[in-house]
Amino acid sequence: MAKVLVVTSGKGGVGKTTTTAALGAALAQQGQSVCVVDFDVGLRNLDLVMGAERRVVYDLINVVQGDAKLPQALIRDKRLDGLSLLPASQTRDKDALTDAGVARVMDELRDKFDWVICDSPAGIERGATLAMRHADVAVVVCNPEVSSVRDSDRIIGLLDAKTARAEKGEAMEKHLILTRYEPGRAERGEMLRIDDVLEILSIPLLAVVPESEEVLKASNVGSPVTLNNPASAPARAYADAVRRLKGETVAMVIPTERRSLMSKLFQRRAA
Amino acid sequence: MNLLGFLTRRGSAPVARERLQILLAHERAAFGRSDLVTVLRKEILAVIAKHMAIDGEKVKVTMDRGGDVSTLEIDIELPTTPATPALATA
Repeated sequence: MAKVLVVTSGKGGVGKTTTTAALGAALAQQGQSVCVVDFDVGLRNLDLVMGAERRVVYDLINVVQGDAKLPQALIRDKRLDGLSLLPASQTRDKDALTDAGVARVMDELRDKFDWVICDSPAGIERGATLAMRHADVAVVVCNPEVSSVRDSDRIIGLLDAKTARAEKGEAMEKHLILTRYEPGRAERGEMLRIDDVLEILSIPLLAVVPESEEVLKASNVGSPVTLNNPASAPARAYADAVRRLKGETVAMVIPTERRSLMSKLFQRRAA
Repeated sequence: MNLLGFLTRRGSAPVARERLQILLAHERAAFGRSDLVTVLRKEILAVIAKHMAIDGEKVKVTMDRGGDVSTLEIDIELPTTPATPALATA
């Protein structure tokens, strides 16, 4: 029976899809069976970030409407055993997702995998509330920036009000992943610090993903950052996040890039 | 930058933190009523329209949220020639 996790943020462009791909791949790398589900109907991108854009035949809406069976629509990752993708539809409208249809597909996914990760669309409309609806755990992705923090607060309110768990009166487990964090700028007072964001949002911290060129490099080639360069700072942050999700106790550190002596020398010469 | 400026420099992050704390305290209190200003504007307009003909475009409702006190500012431009009140004739 899978644990269903929603990756959400309210604001767009903070790293939901990057985080979904990275957590999904990291869980699979740690031996779990995982399905990542794209709920961003009309603006799908998880397929592209995962490098599966040319293999999409059926999508979530086809399965919800019964035009395709779930196994036909699932795309198995070629690099990682245990990792599958259920893409969103690029052409259809999100209104094609019925509440009952989504509930049925989520139940089917729960039976097949250890983890189901739902990549929420931005905003607080139906697409976002459907993505969080069946979640057991929520990961709120936030940048250390005022508009992102405000939107995260709003999403936390929705998680406590509009999810199936909340409606049954059960607690919704919520975690924060702070992305694009720059320790140096926070130190100089130019960027909100980790404890500022934690104090304002008051949900537990799952990981701090530092700003890194590795994220763009990975999406350029269609590979989750944890798979593309497992030694990179963001990959280590996501790998630690996954260990925490699995219940392991891992000391909270902000990973930094380990650079070789050669690259340091070249960097200095270029500067 | 002079020495004094360097010593007193705080950066913009503390400002961000303070603004967020004030804003979110209000937004959480008014949860589900994020359209409060719109609702107030509509209802105030309806009350005044009972007594005089006013231009809906000339009613401004603004909210200024502060740490301790918030102010609701209502600015209504009245017509120069008072029109017949809608209710008075009824």
